[in-house]
Amino acid sequence: MKHTLSPQRYLILLTVLLTASVGDTMLSHGMSQIGAVDFHHLGLLFAALKNPWVIGGIVLLIGFFSSYLTALSWADLTFVMPATAFGYVVVALLSRFWLHEHLSAYRWAGILTIVCAVGFVANGPSRTEHEHTALEVMDSGAGR
Amino acid sequence: MIHLTRTVETWSCILTVAALAITGEVLTAGAMRKIGDLDVIRAKSGLPGAIRAVLTSPMFLVGSLAMALNFFALLFTLSVVDVSLAAPATASLTYIGNAFAAKLFLKENVDRRRWLAAVFVCVGVFLLSK
Repeated sequence: MKHTLSPQRYLILLTVLLTASVGDTMLSHGMSQIGAVDFHHLGLLFAALKNPWVIGGIVLLIGFFSSYLTALSWADLTFVMPATAFGYVVVALLSRFWLHEHLSAYRWAGILTIVCAVGFVANGPSRTEHEHTALEVMDSGAGR
Repeated sequence: MIHLTRTVETWSCILTVAALAITGEVLTAGAMRKIGDLDVIRAKSGLPGAIRAVLTSPMFLVGSLAMALNFFALLFTLSVVDVSLAAPATASLTYIGNAFAAKLFLKENVDRRRWLAAVFVCVGVFLLSK
């Protein structure tokens, strides 16, 4: 395993967590405007694609996906995962210090717990080096 | 009886979303590992070369399909299950499931530090939803 993260790569991880958290929030807000979708009204899912909040959320999630793929090309999935979870902390802190919402003791404990989780992996190696995985062998076969 | 049906529907939705997320993320991570460092590919072949390298990977395409299904399953779930339950439950199951799947299929070295991180994230997500 090796650990070589440049400032540019930390910037990509920052983009991953910011676009994911803000994008999810916009999607959630948009879907609350659309209303309940059930099996008899699945067409509402496509109607949701016309909602500005859903569209904004999708644009941010495309940015998330691009930066996420870039991160996965030089780091393990189990290294990148806690970075994406840090987005929850960003949303909670924004709601406290920007929107002046009340954060309960539970939420402060949650923030501390996720910060600890990110600290566990941030100080460790970012990538496992090995020959071939079962998935890679499967993919090379499917690509022929 | 109605309560039981509702509980089964809720957890079926949550488990489906988590399973699709895990499938998509592990296949995508496997594809990106196989493709190699995108920064290097972009420096050599430019952005179009990097995009072509990603889009021509069969594993990436299957992973993307799973993620697209996950997206619509999540939209559906958010409309029938309270977001305060759906969001932390799907996130937590996905984090733990990804750690198992990454060790099993991607052969990642999920050491004690990474297991602790996955568990801490799950606990943290649940505390944030309180």
